[in-house]
Amino acid sequence: MSVDAATVRRIAHLARIAVSEDEVPHLQGELNAMLAFVEQLSEVNVEGVEPMTSVTPMQMKKRQDVVNDGEIADDIVANAPATEGHFFLVPKVVE
Amino acid sequence: MTDLTSLTLAEARKGLADKTFTSLELTDAHLSAIEAARVLNAFVLETPDQARDMAKAVDEKIAKGNAGPLAGIPLGIKDLFATKGVRTTACSKILGNFVPTYESTITSQLWRDGAVMLGKLNNDEFAMGSANETSCFGPVGNPWRRDGSNTTLVPGGSSGGSASAVAALLCMGATATDTGGSIRQPAAFTATVGIKPTYGRCSRWGIVAFASSLDQAGPIARSTRDAAMLLRSMAGHDPKDTTSVDVAVPDYEAAIGRSVKGLRIGIPKEYRLDGMPAEIEKLWSEGAAWLKAAGAELVEVSLPHTKYALPAYYIVAPAEASSNLARYDGVRYGLREQGRNIIEQYENTRAEGFGAEVRRRVMIGTYVLSAGYYDAYYLRAQKVRTLIKKDFEDCFAKGVNAILTPATPSAAFGIGEKGGADPVEMYLNDIFTVTVNMAGLPGIAVPAGKDAQGLPLGLQLIGRPFDEETLFSLGEVIEQAAGRFTPARWW
Repeated sequence: MSVDAATVRRIAHLARIAVSEDEVPHLQGELNAMLAFVEQLSEVNVEGVEPMTSVTPMQMKKRQDVVNDGEIADDIVANAPATEGHFFLVPKVVE
Repeated sequence: MTDLTSLTLAEARKGLADKTFTSLELTDAHLSAIEAARVLNAFVLETPDQARDMAKAVDEKIAKGNAGPLAGIPLGIKDLFATKGVRTTACSKILGNFVPTYESTITSQLWRDGAVMLGKLNNDEFAMGSANETSCFGPVGNPWRRDGSNTTLVPGGSSGGSASAVAALLCMGATATDTGGSIRQPAAFTATVGIKPTYGRCSRWGIVAFASSLDQAGPIARSTRDAAMLLRSMAGHDPKDTTSVDVAVPDYEAAIGRSVKGLRIGIPKEYRLDGMPAEIEKLWSEGAAWLKAAGAELVEVSLPHTKYALPAYYIVAPAEASSNLARYDGVRYGLREQGRNIIEQYENTRAEGFGAEVRRRVMIGTYVLSAGYYDAYYLRAQKVRTLIKKDFEDCFAKGVNAILTPATPSAAFGIGEKGGADPVEMYLNDIFTVTVNMAGLPGIAVPAGKDAQGLPLGLQLIGRPFDEETLFSLGEVIEQAAGRFTPARWW
């Protein structure tokens, strides 16, 4: 399978990465090189094979449903590019 | 006292215990070495004040006789590990001036055991690369050069800063991470020892995530013994990482020098590639002969799905990366580029903040997870992964204790030499290492010889799950037979 220019623009939007028109042909070439490389997987017989979900055979650990962290609002916003008090500032989302 | 930097970690431990020198003296010697080696670009942040404070504090503990197993040992930390109050960027512009308010589990265990932090080490952006060329801080130089040449070579990646700093005697050991070969390939390129432990052996908490089902941290050091000492402190169960395994951590150092007599070593025929350089082939046979001479039994084994590991990896790893890197949105931390609305702000931030390789992988990951393509790509790749793991299980079930392979298909290459036209050219570097991540197994790279141009080459040993000890025992046999390799200083 290979991707066309429209698909490249669609993926870029899904990935939330701005791509300019002159970047599209280059990206298309690179993505298609990767897709051509992984194409060989289609020759593997995967009939009846379970997809891997955990590389180590282990039960998912569960922890106690209790509050064991918190009261660190200063820490949480410490690295934010724009804040007001303990809130993150973003452009208007809802009209 | 500059010769203090040439000690192994084990020798430095003895010198500190015998009070031949102090941790402060050892730390100062390394800080001077780092300053004199800035041309290598191995460190992206030097923390001399913090290093001296830590050294002084540990010197007091040594004097009182209650110091930990790594007391006073100066280390470098890959910039993927969150260090409290010390800038951590994953070598990406998008993390900008991120200063964690918490410490990664692994580094906190190293400090608990008395180690001293010299600074943060360069790596490929978000650990995506095999040459340390994708870092936003620029490429790292390999202390090794071809005989008679002035060309600067890459140290491998993504833990290129770690490998370069350890090989150039700038630190006694370094933390590193390995998603497809990022510990073992740079170790092989720099004549250092690097071990990627079993998935779940070390906590991933506080390490910037790339591909969570493959990422695993480990040490890079100058000998198998040094690597064993470091891994003991780094490993262990952590309730904060649900994939961390609650299995007791053995004294890995005790495995150094243990007899390998009677161990069955598999030589996988699928790793004998067409067009493989004769030098790699020769190194591999030599390694096998050394293990045989030490009493191990060699058996040819088959891992039939080997060739599919790299393509499957380039679906699974980008898919997980696209998900993990969704958090870089310019809202909670890091870079923010303005836009007319929030979507544009996300798009502009991520276009500006991510480098070319990261953008490419996030996009391919987004594509293989998108509606209509998930089954054809991602699900199929995860099924292939099951088959790759089964190959190893079948092999171990036949009594094989470990598998010997080359670590890389070539020695180090020049900066800018590979992957310019086709990204896949660079990806092929990991052809021998990536299977191990796909199967969650432990793998160690040990220096084993040099090529005709005088560049180091490494061998890889792959072990059963949680049997890092056997890898250390076998690695030590190779180290004893091959000797140690130190680059001639040119910087």
